[in-house]
Amino acid sequence: MERSIIEVENLTKVFGAVVAVDNVTFSIDKKEFLILLGPSGCGKTTILRMIAGLEIPTEGEIRLNGRIIFSSKKGIFVPARERDVGLVFQSYALWPHMTVFQNIAFGLKVKREAAPEIEKKVMDIISYMQLEGLKDRYPQEMSGGQQQRVALARMLVSRPDILLMDEPLSNLDAKLRLDMRAEIKIIHAQTGATTVYVTHDQVEAQTMASNIAVINRGIIEQIAPPKTIYNRPANLFVADFIGSPSINLIEGKTESGEVDGRMSVRNEWFSLKTACREIPAGRSVVAAIRPENISIVPSEGLNTLPGEVLTILPSGPETVLRVRYETYVFSLLLMQQVTLSPGQKVHLYLPPENILVFDKETENLLPLD
Amino acid sequence: MPKPAVSMEKRGTTIRFSRVKNYVRQPHIVISLILLVILLIIVILPFAKMIEDSFVWQFADTRLSRNAEPGGLTLFHWKRVFASALTQNILFRPLMNSVSTSLSVSLLAMFIGSFLALLVSRTDLPFKKIIATMAVLPYVIPSYIHALAWLNLFKNSRIGGAAGVFQYLTGITPPDWLSYGYFPIVVTLSIHYFPFTFLLVSAALTSIDSRLEESGEILGATRFHILRRITFPLVLPALLSSFILTFSRVLGTFGTPYFLGTPVRYYTLATQIYSNIINRIPSVGYILAFVLIIISSAVIYINQRMIGKSKSFVTIAGKGFRVTETPLGKLSYPLLCLIILLFIASVILPLVLLVWQTLTLYPNDYSIKHLTLLFWIGEANTVFAEGEAGILLNPAIIRAAWNSIKLALVASVIAGFLGIFVGYAVVKGRNTKLAYAVEQMSFLPYLVPGIAFGALYLALFSHRIGPLPALYGTFALVALVCIAKNLPFTGRAGITSMLQIGSELEEASETLGARWITRFRKIILPLSIQGAISGFILVFITVMRELSLIILLVTPETRTLTTMTFRYQEQGYTQFSSAISVLIIIIVVFGELISRRFGKKNGI
Ligand SMILES: Nc1ncnc2c1ncn2[C@@H]1O[C@H](COP(=O)(O)OP(=O)(O)OP(=O)(O)O)[C@@H](O)[C@H]1O
Ligand SMILES: [Mg+2]
Repeated sequence: MERSIIEVENLTKVFGAVVAVDNVTFSIDKKEFLILLGPSGCGKTTILRMIAGLEIPTEGEIRLNGRIIFSSKKGIFVPARERDVGLVFQSYALWPHMTVFQNIAFGLKVKREAAPEIEKKVMDIISYMQLEGLKDRYPQEMSGGQQQRVALARMLVSRPDILLMDEPLSNLDAKLRLDMRAEIKIIHAQTGATTVYVTHDQVEAQTMASNIAVINRGIIEQIAPPKTIYNRPANLFVADFIGSPSINLIEGKTESGEVDGRMSVRNEWFSLKTACREIPAGRSVVAAIRPENISIVPSEGLNTLPGEVLTILPSGPETVLRVRYETYVFSLLLMQQVTLSPGQKVHLYLPPENILVFDKETENLLPLD
Repeated sequence: MPKPAVSMEKRGTTIRFSRVKNYVRQPHIVISLILLVILLIIVILPFAKMIEDSFVWQFADTRLSRNAEPGGLTLFHWKRVFASALTQNILFRPLMNSVSTSLSVSLLAMFIGSFLALLVSRTDLPFKKIIATMAVLPYVIPSYIHALAWLNLFKNSRIGGAAGVFQYLTGITPPDWLSYGYFPIVVTLSIHYFPFTFLLVSAALTSIDSRLEESGEILGATRFHILRRITFPLVLPALLSSFILTFSRVLGTFGTPYFLGTPVRYYTLATQIYSNIINRIPSVGYILAFVLIIISSAVIYINQRMIGKSKSFVTIAGKGFRVTETPLGKLSYPLLCLIILLFIASVILPLVLLVWQTLTLYPNDYSIKHLTLLFWIGEANTVFAEGEAGILLNPAIIRAAWNSIKLALVASVIAGFLGIFVGYAVVKGRNTKLAYAVEQMSFLPYLVPGIAFGALYLALFSHRIGPLPALYGTFALVALVCIAKNLPFTGRAGITSMLQIGSELEEASETLGARWITRFRKIILPLSIQGAISGFILVFITVMRELSLIILLVTPETRTLTTMTFRYQEQGYTQFSSAISVLIIIIVVFGELISRRFGKKNGI
């Protein structure tokens, strides 16, 4: 079995009274593309900086390729420059007093490579990143997208095994961001470098990651492939944080007595059948269903609720509906254009197999089967 | 890998040791620690030594007291200063003189400076741009040179020595109050310090959105009413600040009260410190220096508190202001004449007087037919000036000039570099106690007036300390004191420029494998040097005109132009002292012009 390239164990970072990263453990396999996803201030940048060696952790251990580069117990700290880890900053951090060529060549010069060698490698990467003709420009004389490419090129030219990127696309406009996403994916495929990528854009995370780590207040809430994160969120925070419009939550208590061994969730208005294994009756739970899993059906039946359309928000091929039933407002995401109007009565169908149930107290997902 | 046999206790120590090692592996920690040691030696230690010396019998004290046993502990000096028959003369009178001159100068300078600022930034006065530039010149000329010029004009023959131009032209002997003491000190220092208020108040006025004033106008207020109710409260912080800072600077001024006060036994704290040390009662001088430091620190502390509170007040509008100019109408030309007069009195006249003095063959004969260039280019000749050659040919003066330039260069380069390191250590170590200590300590010399700082250094470096030989009499000591005194400015500049650069640019090079020395040379230095250059020039000019800081520390070997002026003036060779003053003015004005070319100035 191949070793994980990056292993992080019980990593903690405290700034004064703020616990920025709280006892985090995870590992990343070779060629993986891990995305750290979470709200602002949750500690993503801090984790990345500790891996790069720019921040000294308070506690824990980090290993790269099996080599301990930090351990609070063993008293080991390998400084950033000896770690051979490439890092792209959110601000790009290009040196304003150097040209594009000098910026990119810096890392090679530091490693004392021969001048013709440097020249060749830099020109190669310049043409690969389509920066031809800009090599004598200064960073201030380029657009955001061009600066971004230079920052990538500067990191890539010394071919590190591990790439760390801190929200590299957040300063770009929407169109350019799409292009660069694709480009970074291609780079990842071609170099095969293990990558840790920070973002708070969940679409970016869904489209690029091989694994996503959802972080909240310094804690990893879940680490899993994008599909799993989306379909089987480990807890209420992940369920709520991922997806737009956000997931519908229904509080209630468990019910039993059915013959098939699947639980139902009941509140004062209605009861929903789920695909979850039965647990003792009377537990407080939260049922959740994604907006696109609710459909509109012509007549009543199992798991259908009568409702009244509140708002209709068409956006291109999709439509976001808000439908009220008693005190609940459900969001629906329909992959079609609809001919409904506000105030209209409809029947909502919530398929049992798409309903997730979370324990109200622990907020963790209850097992499906 | 530790062997399993290693006991827990032992492992505990290795862990702690490695933690220390990790901590120390960060370059900014190493730099902070080195800076801390340097600052301890050049800032804290002299202070401690000065306090200590004030409690110890000195050899010279055997003249003053029969009980003196050199090296033994005593309260003799403290009693002498604070509770003896001499207290009145040693402490109270000089203190009163210091306070009264400082108060008068601050008020007068504030009045002239703010009036000029108001005219330049709020009215349609002609030639405003030129006036704004010229207004800084009196401040560029060292203050004691104004005093020399005053003497050239108003000196009377009663005190001894030659009389000035006034007596020569009118035949009237100026009264003592006009020649010496309170009045000339206040006038010359006000002329020197008003540009300071002018700069601060102008800056405040231009940062206030005049739409605030316009809105008052729309509401029907009169011009005067607006000035009083809207403009005045807005510039009040700048006014108070300039008042307090001028006060603390005048309090520490040495040259002017020495030239204008000492001949009639009009002492201030600063000159009293000097004469006690020169008369070999250093411990009393140290205690007076201590008093001066306490007062000056208190004043600066009050100012910092006030700035802290009112900062948000001054910067309300930031950019994008507009200025409405009040038309002056008929007043315009009379006011312009007044300003030209002020300019003549503060810049032209002193220069003319100095130059004229250098050309007189006999000290009190200002007639055209006796003018001579001997004092500039005369060969050494025994019948003339005790065999001293004209200053441009005089080896002693050429050596002093060379010393001055060497001193200014060495001090500005080293202080500049130290400032960059201070900035790096402070910004990189933000929020740590170590960085805070470095920042605070590097600011301390700002609180200590020049003459007192010189006294501190005299106390510490006149004997050997540990492995360090006694530095007294060496160029290194004079350079060291100039470096330490200017560290607050270069340190501030360093912090500002590091904050602008940010830490990521360095970190980016770190992840690419660069060692600290490479990061410093290739990234940090090139990026901070631009901001540092104006700091270098500022320190260069400051050291070029420095007198009070080094007067206690120079010896014939390490003389500079400024201390040469001082000696010649003391000995009555006013032609020489005036000539060297002219030389100093030329150098500092030139330096000032160069620093303008580099744009932004880091404070004053
Ligand atoms: N140098 C520091 N000193 C003190 N607190 C810090 C420092 N760096 C980060 N923090 C704090 O640690 C927490 C995590 O910060 P971090 O920069 O890792 O968040 P982030 O997830 O990258 O946020 P964003 O998405 O906004 O970039 C925040 O509360 C932040 O205020
Ligand atoms: Mg961040």
